[in-house]
This record gives sequence, C-alpha cells and structure tokens, in this order.
Amino acid sequence: MKQKAGTMDVRQVSGLVSVVDVRGDVTAESEGALNNAYSSASTPTTRAIILNFSGLDYMNSGGIGMLVMLLVRANRQRQRLLAYGLNQHYRQIFELTRLDEAIDIHDSEAEALVAVGGR
Amino acid sequence: MTTHPADGGEPVELTPRDAANWAKHVSTLRLGEVPAEAINLNVTGKRVVGPIQGFGRLWQKTYRVELPGVQTTPAKVIATWKQDFGSFWPDSGRFYGPLTSMAPGDVALLNLSVGGGVKLSTGILVLYADEESFTFMTPQGHIFAAWITFSAATAEPDGLCAAQVQVLLRANDPVYELGMPLVVQRREDRFWQQTLANLARHLGVAEPAVTTAVVCVDRRRQWSNAANVWHNAGIRSALYTLGAPLRRLWQAARGGRDTRRARA
Repeated sequence: MKQKAGTMDVRQVSGLVSVVDVRGDVTAESEGALNNAYSSASTPTTRAIILNFSGLDYMNSGGIGMLVMLLVRANRQRQRLLAYGLNQHYRQIFELTRLDEAIDIHDSEAEALVAVGGR
Repeated sequence: MTTHPADGGEPVELTPRDAANWAKHVSTLRLGEVPAEAINLNVTGKRVVGPIQGFGRLWQKTYRVELPGVQTTPAKVIATWKQDFGSFWPDSGRFYGPLTSMAPGDVALLNLSVGGGVKLSTGILVLYADEESFTFMTPQGHIFAAWITFSAATAEPDGLCAAQVQVLLRANDPVYELGMPLVVQRREDRFWQQTLANLARHLGVAEPAVTTAVVCVDRRRQWSNAANVWHNAGIRSALYTLGAPLRRLWQAARGGRDTRRARA
C-alpha cells in the first residue's frame, strides 16, 4: 500500500505537558519523525505527552510498534503518554493491540489536559 | 479521519485506508478446525498479548535475507510467503493455519518441539496484513508476548528485494524469561534464520545469507505481569504429555466398558 510521509508538530502547553500533533501516515518509516518529536516534546520538567491523532490518515503494524518504542522512552523518563482524536477504527486498534492499557485515551485535548492536571 | 464538506454540512467520517488490513477486535481467541494429529491446547479462550503485557526485557530482533538475482516484487514475495507459510518453517515447528491465504483475524495453531518429547501447543492471531507485510500477535501462554512482522521491500538504488522478520517481544512470564539467555533466544534466532533461508531458496537464491540484528529496547522486567505464568503453554503442554499414558488407560477402560454394554 502506498504510504505518505507523516508529520509531527510539537506544542508546549505548559512546563509539564507537551502535545504532539500527528498528521498523515504512521508506519515504521515514521521512526525518525517520532523520535524528533519526542525529543522536542520532552524537557526535564515534562510529566506528560499527549498525542493528537485527529489528523491520522493511516497506520500499519509498524506504526503501532513505533508507539511502543515511544512508550518505553516516556516510561523511562517517568512521563505519562495520553492520546486523543482517535476515530472509532483506531480506537479499536488500540483496544485490539491492548495499547489502551498503557496509553490513556481521551475524546479531546481539554479532557486529556484535565486528566494530567495540566489545566 | 473526518472531512468537512465545503457546503458546511455535517462532517463525514471516511473509511480509513487501512481499515481492511486490521483484524476486528476480539476479546478471546477462537480456533477453527485443526487436523487430528495436532495438539490443540492453549489457544481457544486465550486473550492476545503484546509487548506491553509481557514480563521480560523488551527486545527488537530483525532477521533479513536479500534475494539477489531474483526477478520479483515485495508483493509477490509476500504472496508466496502467505500462501505456503508453514512450509518454510524448520522441522521443529508445525503451523496449522487456515487453508486460504493469511487474512486479518485468522487464528492459527502452532505445535513446537521443545525437547523431551514435549510439543508446545500455542497459537497466533493475524493482527494485520497488507500486500507487502503481515503481523502476528501472540496469545497468553505463548513463550513471547510479541508482535511478529513479516515484510518484503526493495532497497534503493539497486532495486534488490529483501524479505524480513521483525519481532518485538518480551518473554511472557518469569519461567520463560529464565530460559531466555540459555535456550530460548538461540532457538528463536535459529528458527527465523532457517525460515528466511528456506523462503529465499524457494524463491531461487542458491546460498541465502540471513543477517540478524538484536536490540534490547527496555532492560526492565515488568514484575506486575509475573502472574502470566499461570497461562504458561510450555508447562501446560508438558503436563498434557505426561498425562498421555493415563488418558490412554482411561480411554481403553471406557472402550472395554462400552463393548461389554453393547454385547449385553
């Protein structure tokens, strides 16, 4: 299947929380972009990273693998990983792969921020 | 993905491009019919597990074989691999999958020889499949809590095709983790190296060279998942093998009783 390069932009919401806006495709090819995004999002004071999937177009099993790698990096820094903007299809994939047991899923950015006490 | 029409109407949720590639959500696995000679244990009723649910260190293992001199495409390699998946396995493993091609949501039974006359019975779920890759997820009790991705790709600039197995795994429980440095890792490596070599030979490579790259992604063990040992398919399969003489005696006794009843 033809894949398009994804982009990941980082927003610092506060000293404690960063948001990564994921757009396009998330596959094994996204490793570099995801690592760069994590490096920008993670500061010495960051306690939570929120992934915004509302612009997600396509994800394969390689992409799910990348999210596990990201989770390991975040756990190592004692950071929580949260997500919002997942449509029904991707929510089901998170449930099937049981990623939802490690990444808290929320309906909106506001809800995710409340969950981490960021606002 | 959601799109907003230009006329300002209600937003419409589009079907994602990958929708057909993923298995549907299942709470527990259900296995279809399997041949009579297969040992069917530790699959039906089990939940799938991934690296998050496992116990041991997290490893990423990548086995790769190039296919020099073979005029093919990644899609053709994957089609061949899916079609005859079990035939490329070494003799120590038997794969009882669906007769049709490998499709998302398919469940297959595995019987793996682990020594001492014991066959470890476990399974896999086809989590994801497209034209150039497919991924398995393992059930509770399997040696690994893992995602195993089989793929093929063409390398630039020479256009050489290569086949690859990439495993993201944790040992499922403390017993398996104990065996990792001694036996399990080496067996796992040999298994996929032989599989790739068999596939490459089938595709026309005379002397396949399989490379292996191993990365420890997370050294920490997840002690909160130590109770996974309850589902350990190795222990359950060994107990099943030890119980075989008793089952035979029981069946013989029942058969004799049924014969006497039929005569009466």
